Amino acid sequence: MVPITYYLLLAAALFCMGMFGVLVRRNALVVFMCVELMLNAANLTFLSFARMRGDSIGHVSAFFVIAVAAAEAAIGLAIVIAVFRSRGSVLVEDIRTMKH
Amino acid sequence: MNIELILFGAFALLTLLSAGLVIFARSPINSAMALVSTFFFLAGIYVLLWAHTVAVVQVLVYAGAIMVLFLFVIMLLNLGESPTRGRPTLARLAGGAATVGLLAVLVITLLKLPQTTGGVPVEAQATFGTMASLGQVIFTQWLFPFEAVSLLLLVAMVGAVVVAKSRI
Repeated sequence: MVPITYYLLLAAALFCMGMFGVLVRRNALVVFMCVELMLNAANLTFLSFARMRGDSIGHVSAFFVIAVAAAEAAIGLAIVIAVFRSRGSVLVEDIRTMKH
Repeated sequence: MNIELILFGAFALLTLLSAGLVIFARSPINSAMALVSTFFFLAGIYVLLWAHTVAVVQVLVYAGAIMVLFLFVIMLLNLGESPTRGRPTLARLAGGAATVGLLAVLVITLLKLPQTTGGVPVEAQATFGTMASLGQVIFTQWLFPFEAVSLLLLVAMVGAVVVAKSRI
């Protein structure tokens, strides 16, 4: 039996790696991939607590997270395509119209 | 040293290595490939947690559908490698510091978690995590959220088409 704390520590490490990628990467596509990493860390936490408590609610939550991740990927990639078409770049540093 | 702990250690190590490759790979294609392998190893960890159904959905939906979408967009945009290796700006240093701080807080919190069952999971029923028991829960207790998520996916699909098409 592996203690649940190990799974939770792995989820924390994975979430922090995703957050680091979101904060430091310049390519918008890689930023989206790091958001997927963070969503997976959340899923891992849900499933760990479901296993600890022995009920299925965590599994249902993980399903919903996966569905929301699919919706987010579709919308986000469509926005990336639209931005690339109008500006010719997917670097987040080049998209600063709303800063001024 | 039992087999479950060894499997968990191997999957956890491979997951973290692949996640690091996602962050530090130079071309987006390599990042996407590393993300696919991350999802596979995470599916292995989900199986260790008795979440077989979620592991199958992870491989089918995440590693299959969503990553195909990512790869398709990367191919469509025809991006090369990043022109410059990122130099450490103030924003990046602040991001790294924030990440380390969050990790420290999370680890301290998790280590102080009340160990009600000695940190070892309870013995679940034999039907725990099977597709039949999950379907029973989803289609009775969680039917409305399930339908709401299907509506969300429909809206996202229509929205993606509207945003990405070149002209009406």
